[in-house]
Amino acid sequence: MNKVPYDFSSLTAWIDSSLRATMSPGWAVAVEMIMIGVAILLLYAVVGLFLVYAERKVCALMQNRLGPNRVGPGGIFQTVADLVKLLFVELVPIKNADRILFNLAPYIVIVASFMAIGALPFAKGLHAIDLNIGVFYLMAVSSMGVVGVLLAGWSSNNKYSLIGAMRSGAQIVSYELSVGLSLVTIVILAGTMQLSEIVEAQRWGWFIFKGHLPAVIAFVIYIVASTAETNRGPFDLAEAESELTAGYHTEYSGIKFAFFFLAEYINMFIVAAIATTVFFGGWMPLHVQGWDGFNKIMDYIPPFVWFFGKTGAGIFLMMWFKWTFPRLRIDQLLTLEWKYFLPINIFNVLLMALMVLLGWHF
Amino acid sequence: MEEKTNTVSLENQEYVINMGPQHPSTHGVLRLVCSLKGEIVQNVQPHIGYIHRGIEKMCESLTYQQIIHLTDRMDYLSAHINNEAVCLTVEKALEADVPERVKYIRTILSELTRIQSHQLFWATFGMDLGGLTCFFYGLRDREMVLDIFEETCGGRMIVSYNTPGGLMNDIHPNFQKRVKDFIKYFRGVIHEYDDLLTGNVIFRERSMGIGVVTKEQAVAWGMTGPTGRASGFSCDIRKHYPYSAYDKVTFNEVLHTEGDVYHRYMVRMEEMRESMNIIEQLIDNIPEGPYTVKMKPVIKLPEGEYFQSVETARGELGVYIVSDGNKNPFRVKFRSPNFVNLAPLNMMSKGYKIADLVAIGGSLDLIIPDIDR
Repeated sequence: MNKVPYDFSSLTAWIDSSLRATMSPGWAVAVEMIMIGVAILLLYAVVGLFLVYAERKVCALMQNRLGPNRVGPGGIFQTVADLVKLLFVELVPIKNADRILFNLAPYIVIVASFMAIGALPFAKGLHAIDLNIGVFYLMAVSSMGVVGVLLAGWSSNNKYSLIGAMRSGAQIVSYELSVGLSLVTIVILAGTMQLSEIVEAQRWGWFIFKGHLPAVIAFVIYIVASTAETNRGPFDLAEAESELTAGYHTEYSGIKFAFFFLAEYINMFIVAAIATTVFFGGWMPLHVQGWDGFNKIMDYIPPFVWFFGKTGAGIFLMMWFKWTFPRLRIDQLLTLEWKYFLPINIFNVLLMALMVLLGWHF
Repeated sequence: MEEKTNTVSLENQEYVINMGPQHPSTHGVLRLVCSLKGEIVQNVQPHIGYIHRGIEKMCESLTYQQIIHLTDRMDYLSAHINNEAVCLTVEKALEADVPERVKYIRTILSELTRIQSHQLFWATFGMDLGGLTCFFYGLRDREMVLDIFEETCGGRMIVSYNTPGGLMNDIHPNFQKRVKDFIKYFRGVIHEYDDLLTGNVIFRERSMGIGVVTKEQAVAWGMTGPTGRASGFSCDIRKHYPYSAYDKVTFNEVLHTEGDVYHRYMVRMEEMRESMNIIEQLIDNIPEGPYTVKMKPVIKLPEGEYFQSVETARGELGVYIVSDGNKNPFRVKFRSPNFVNLAPLNMMSKGYKIADLVAIGGSLDLIIPDIDR
């Protein structure tokens, strides 16, 4: 096995050992946790701000416009300006709203996305927590967000919000199945749920190439279902602007609204990052067996560039969906899941199992 | 009162939501009181009058030249055609002989108005269904028509270009060239509309078989314009009672028989192409001559009742004037297409979902100021 030129595990090991040398092990763990927390928080903010900007530019590209171009060069500070504005906007108190749940909802949404980011491998060694059930964990925490959406819709005391939340509940619970099953397909191929091992297994070929037909089917279903799970167009029925004004977050204002807004983008980042990790080799560069020179050049591109590049491509795809497709209706949405995706997916899992059993993959 | 607001009536598990008067998909200050059962629409009650300005009553105290400027504010997307309707009625009453040049120019501008109105329909309809990009494509092309209006009429949306007996001014020297450029450009890009929306499988699923109106129902409710023609009701005033220069051009009346949302949309898409055909037949043949006939400064219609209807972008606009021989009309009544087309909304949307209600409302292409007047 070739040595990876960018190995962050030595860096993290050095931080760990130097911390343990100066303080008791308990304190060292506490300091490491704080460092990781701050790092993820920063990443969260930067990714969120960047994606809002990127969405505006992509949307402008699709719509023959320029997009933001006044605040800063190319409008890059537009989202910062918007964030500052949202921080100062009055939090309008809602009459007859369930105060506790109303205030709790945005935090649940944001915590769910925050927890998922912690388990993502950004590079070798740049991995906050490497659970042996990584894929399962990601599925579990990313589906927690729906609780926040349901609470938001219920506690707002607004019929539009309630309809939006109920739609969202039905939608996310249904599409969770498809996302889960398409990930299971890859887990069968990888033979592990640990994300670091899944990435390592793709050193000589990403799973989308290795698993050919079933992997491609799983990927297509995954990208559609995860778009639906993040409540983004063409599956944005929960907020359906032209029907429900703003759906479940109609009554939210200021920073609470910003939490929902930010969580949407982070969720998009997370699902694209999961797709990258399980289908496109995560941070693993593109390797072709036998082409040593080519592999070496690829290795010199840092792994986080690979990771964010692939994730960015996935996010672009999802933005492309949103800005070109009209919205589905709720019954069509559920029909698509229960009558098409679910049977195809179950069949696909069996196909993949058969393929792994017979060794038909590359 | 405080307690009352927090209790939702659960009788028959129906609940009521107010769509509008401020709502993104009612295209103005229309209020739809919807009774829902889950997401299924049980009953829709349109409440109108939020933008009532009493235009018909105001007309009674204005002269005929002044009335024209009020008609702009009814169906503001068909402003030119509304003006034309009043002018035609007055000219009919006076038995004035309008020059051919005026008729040609009026027809060309009417068709341009129709095109820009349908472009805006396409833009907003796409947005109603969640396809946000449509809005920008629609407005991009509409801008070119508005520029032509601006150059020739002075106004972009509210043109007020007609006057009894002719036009305010002659056309701008660039007019013919720009119109031809626009037609050439628009023929090249109209396929983008189909690429983006018409052929989209989600769009077809959302619109086909939704809000069906049979021909009998369309006739019974008096639905005209693209809304009526999608149900197979041949109601094109341009074809049946030609006015201006419509008897000099050949064009097809776009008719479909299905009467659902998709075909109401398709009628408009095809009408844009027909309008381009009409303009192409006329634009090179505008006769020379005066752009208006000399009228008295104070127009007094002879005593009697006069009626003229025209085909606006949304249907039949009828102008009914009762004159008692004074400089002001005794009574004016506008038969506005939107008011009539709104009426069957409840019948059309019963049993469909809220998302369909939005699609049906969008396919009627309602202009609220025209309903309220």
